[in-house]
Amino acid sequence: MSDVLRIENLEKRYEDSIVLDDINITVKKGEVVVIVGPSGCGKSTLLRCLNGLEKIQEGSVVLEDQIVNPVSKNQEKVREKIGMVFQTYDLFPHMTILQNVMLAPLKVKKRNKQDVQTEALELLDRVGLLSKKDKYPRQLSGGQKQRVAIVRALIMHPEVLLLDEITAALDPEMVREVLDVVLSLAKEGRTMVIVTHEMQFAKAVADRVIFLDGGKIIEEGSSKEIFEHPKTDRLKTFLKSFTYDEQ
Amino acid sequence: MFDEQVIQMIIEGVRDTLYMTLVSTLIGYLVGLPFGIGLYVTSEKGLHPNTFIYSIGDVICNIIRSVPFLILLILLIPFTRFVVGKSYGSTATIVPLVICAAPYIARVVESSLKEVDGGVIEAAKSMGASNWQIIYKVLLVEAKTSLINGATITTGVLLGYSAMSGTVGGGGLGDIAVRYGYYRWQTDIMFVTVILLILIFQVIQNSGTWIAAKSDHRKR
Repeated sequence: MSDVLRIENLEKRYEDSIVLDDINITVKKGEVVVIVGPSGCGKSTLLRCLNGLEKIQEGSVVLEDQIVNPVSKNQEKVREKIGMVFQTYDLFPHMTILQNVMLAPLKVKKRNKQDVQTEALELLDRVGLLSKKDKYPRQLSGGQKQRVAIVRALIMHPEVLLLDEITAALDPEMVREVLDVVLSLAKEGRTMVIVTHEMQFAKAVADRVIFLDGGKIIEEGSSKEIFEHPKTDRLKTFLKSFTYDEQ
Repeated sequence: MFDEQVIQMIIEGVRDTLYMTLVSTLIGYLVGLPFGIGLYVTSEKGLHPNTFIYSIGDVICNIIRSVPFLILLILLIPFTRFVVGKSYGSTATIVPLVICAAPYIARVVESSLKEVDGGVIEAAKSMGASNWQIIYKVLLVEAKTSLINGATITTGVLLGYSAMSGTVGGGGLGDIAVRYGYYRWQTDIMFVTVILLILIFQVIQNSGTWIAAKSDHRKR
C-alpha cells in the first residue's frame, strides 16, 4: 500500500518549551492510526500540525507529494484533502445542517449545487440524520452534531481524516453513535489519524497505535502489541490508569 | 403657535434628520465595514496578523475617535466646503458625520468579528477555505446578529450627532430645537422636536432589535 501521509523529524516549540520532539510517522492508504497518551502530551497539537493549523519548527508533513507543513501560501489547496473533525464540533451556528455540509464543496471546490446536494443528503442519511437537514445546530444533540461534523468533512472527499478527541465533549450515551460511524468508515478503508481517550474504541478501530508522552513517541505497534503487551513502564502506567481493579 | 409654517418646518426637520442619519450610517458602513474587517484580519489573533498595518489602522481610529464630534464638525468645515460646496445644511453635515462614524463603525465591526468562535474559523480553514472565503462565508455570516446590533447602536449615535450638528446650522430637528428652544425660548417647539427625536430613536432601536433577533440562530 502506498504512503499517504509522511511526517518526518517533526519538531514543534512554543518559545523555549518543546511540545513535539522528533516525530516520525508514515500513514499508509487505508490505515487507521490511533494516537493515545496522557493529556498534555501533545497529541492534539500533533494532529493540528498535520493539516497546518499549527506551524512547526523543524521537519515536514507531506501529503502524497504536497507539503502541508512548513505552512506555505496557497495552503488551502492541500487542506481540502485533509478532513478534520474537532472535539467541539464547530458547526456553523447560523447555517442549517444541510448548509453546513454543503458550504465547503460549493464555495471551496465550486462543485455543481445539484450534485453536492444529492451527495449531502446521501451522507446525512447514512449517519441517520436526513430528517435533521433543515434544523440548526442548536437543535441537535452533541452526538448528532458530531455526526454532522463528520459528514461535513467527508463530503470534501479527503485523502486523510483527522479526528481530534471527537467524543471527549459528549455525554456517555452519545459516544457510541459517533464511534459506530467512525468504525464503519474504518471498515470501508478510509485513511484516518485519530486522537482519542476511548481505549476500547482505540483497540477496536486501530491498525496501528502510537503512544505519545512528553511530546515524544514512546511506543508504536499494533493494537494488540500496545494494549496487551506494553513494553515500556510509561505505557504500562498509562494503561493502568484506565482500569479499576483493586491494587 | 403651531401654524402651517411651523408644522411644515418640523416635517422638513424630520425628513432632514432621517436623511442625515441614514445616509451617514450607510456611507459610514461603506468605509467602516472594510476598515473593521481589516482591523480584525490584521490583529494579533486575526486571519493574517500584521502588526504594522494594524497599528496604523488602530492609531487612525483612535485619533479620530478622540476628537469630540462638535470640534470635529468645526475642524472639518474647510474639508466639508471642499466636498459639498458649502458648510451648512443637512448634506454638508453628512461629511463630518461619516468621518466621525467610520472609525466608530470599524471598532464595532472589529469587536463583532472577534466574538465569532475561533473553532468555526479553524473548521473553515481545515476545509481549505481561503481567507476571503472565511471572511465572506463564515465570519460575516456568523457575526450577523452582532453586526446588526452594532449597526443599530451606530444609527442611534448618529441620530444624536446629527442633532448636535444643529448648533452650527446643520439642519434637521436638532437645528430646530436649538434655534427655537435656545435662541427664542419657544420651549413648546423644542419639546415637540425632542419628542420626535425620541420616537425616531425608538423606531430605529426596536427595528434593529427585531431584525437581530430574527437573524439569530444560536438560541431562541
